[in-house]
Amino acid sequence: MTDKENQHAPSAPADDAVVDVRDVHYSIDRRAIFSGLNIRVRRGLITAVMGPSGTGKTTLLRLITGQLYADSGVVSVFGRDVGGLSSSETYAVRRRMGMLFQNGALLTDSDVFENVAFPVREHTDLPESLIRKLVLTKLEAVGLRGAAELMPAELSGGMARRVALARAIVMDPEVLLYDEPFVGLDPISLGVIVRLIKQMNQALGITSIVVSHDVQELATIADQSYLLSGGTVVASGTPQELARSDSETVHQFMTGSEEGPVRFHYPAPDYASQLLGADEG
Amino acid sequence: MSNAVRHGTILEGLRKTGVTGIFFARLLLACVPALARPRLIIAQIYNAGGRSLIIIMLSGLFTGMVIGLLGQDVLQRFGAETALGTLAALGLLKELGPVLTSLLFAGRAGTALTSEIGLMRATDQLTAMEVMAVDPMSYVAAPRFLGGFIAMPLLAAVFSVIGLYGAQLVGVQLLGIDRGVYWSQMQSSVGIHDVTEGIVKSLVFGAVVSLIAVTEGYHAEPTAEGVGLATTRTVVASSVLTLLLDYMLTAVFL
Repeated sequence: MTDKENQHAPSAPADDAVVDVRDVHYSIDRRAIFSGLNIRVRRGLITAVMGPSGTGKTTLLRLITGQLYADSGVVSVFGRDVGGLSSSETYAVRRRMGMLFQNGALLTDSDVFENVAFPVREHTDLPESLIRKLVLTKLEAVGLRGAAELMPAELSGGMARRVALARAIVMDPEVLLYDEPFVGLDPISLGVIVRLIKQMNQALGITSIVVSHDVQELATIADQSYLLSGGTVVASGTPQELARSDSETVHQFMTGSEEGPVRFHYPAPDYASQLLGADEG
Repeated sequence: MSNAVRHGTILEGLRKTGVTGIFFARLLLACVPALARPRLIIAQIYNAGGRSLIIIMLSGLFTGMVIGLLGQDVLQRFGAETALGTLAALGLLKELGPVLTSLLFAGRAGTALTSEIGLMRATDQLTAMEVMAVDPMSYVAAPRFLGGFIAMPLLAAVFSVIGLYGAQLVGVQLLGIDRGVYWSQMQSSVGIHDVTEGIVKSLVFGAVVSLIAVTEGYHAEPTAEGVGLATTRTVVASSVLTLLLDYMLTAVFL
């Protein structure tokens, strides 16, 4: 086994895990979202969490950031159980994380510069000149230094996401969470975001969790992947290992097939009898 | 209605009351750290107050003018048209000023607050703040509540003053009541007790309308329909509560 493969071995020491989700159960309105979820995110790696829509990928991110609490099981971040933290301790943990939202979630009443400067102003007493340098450096990293004075409404979807990325890294987080970063992007923006995620990981050593259902893009950047379905992890490993898997669920997801264990159709009464019944009614 | 459904409705009502009560308490607590950000509060006083000024001034003027017409018509039947100043002052300071300002404030500033906060929720801006370890209660909700609470009594005062000039415009300039009589009658019959009643009412209405607007926005369903419904609830609840509380406060001050 090579060193690279060894990094992905499930028997790695526990203190290597930045985020450790152990046997988590979570339901919304009695509908089980997770039933016995186990995920380990190791320091310095890009971990992909994949799965069909509605499998609770975004819910997982909310559990990790302490916005939701698991019904049972442990969500441990930086070695601390998020469910047992006070609100000030939760905020202390969140300061070590950054999160990129699907729609950017930029503050609409501030321009691009102020959006990126927002966490710095809130959490530090740095002088204005230093804040300016810091913000411009981060905007340069995402290629939007020239857009500093634009308002969020003037940005395209891809630009908004890059500004949000600059904001997510402005406090130099240890962990970056990406919620569906590839959705709705044109090929150029998509390529840029993929490259930026890789750069953030390699140049800054940021541990990354990428939640997405975009198999092709994830395959190029992820070190470790988890495939969720039915509230639990159905497969894990490198993207290449998943592609070679002979599990029906994994195969269906990786090839985008309608036929397989994951049902495409929402549960419904019998098609023929419903159509005929409508006639009679 | 079956028992189970009835119990479900009661439980849901209790749950909502509990959620709102807890939110009120959290909002009041969040006002303490929010006071350390005067820049945000001043911006919200401008948003809620400054931007409502024109509509409040126009409404005050027309209300005063109507009092001038109506007062002249009614009072002259008793030969008491010189009491127009008293009527206008007591009517505006104690009732019409606070109540009409509150209703207009709910329609102009309250709806803006609810839809703004609701859309911030729908576009994940509040969630993003939470993830950035910034409490949206003290950054978004509390400054808007305080801004509304401070702006409302100021607007009510402006409404009443402009209204008094409106009544004078009609009563004195058009219908010929003596200017000196109009103002001196007012001066001799309006006491500090009457002014206090108006101030207390406008403070209470300001707190209630701002609280409702912020609460509805914060708990709005994050969809276009949800934000629309929350905005409607703000206007309905604010208006009904304003009139109900006005009755209760008037009874207390009698």
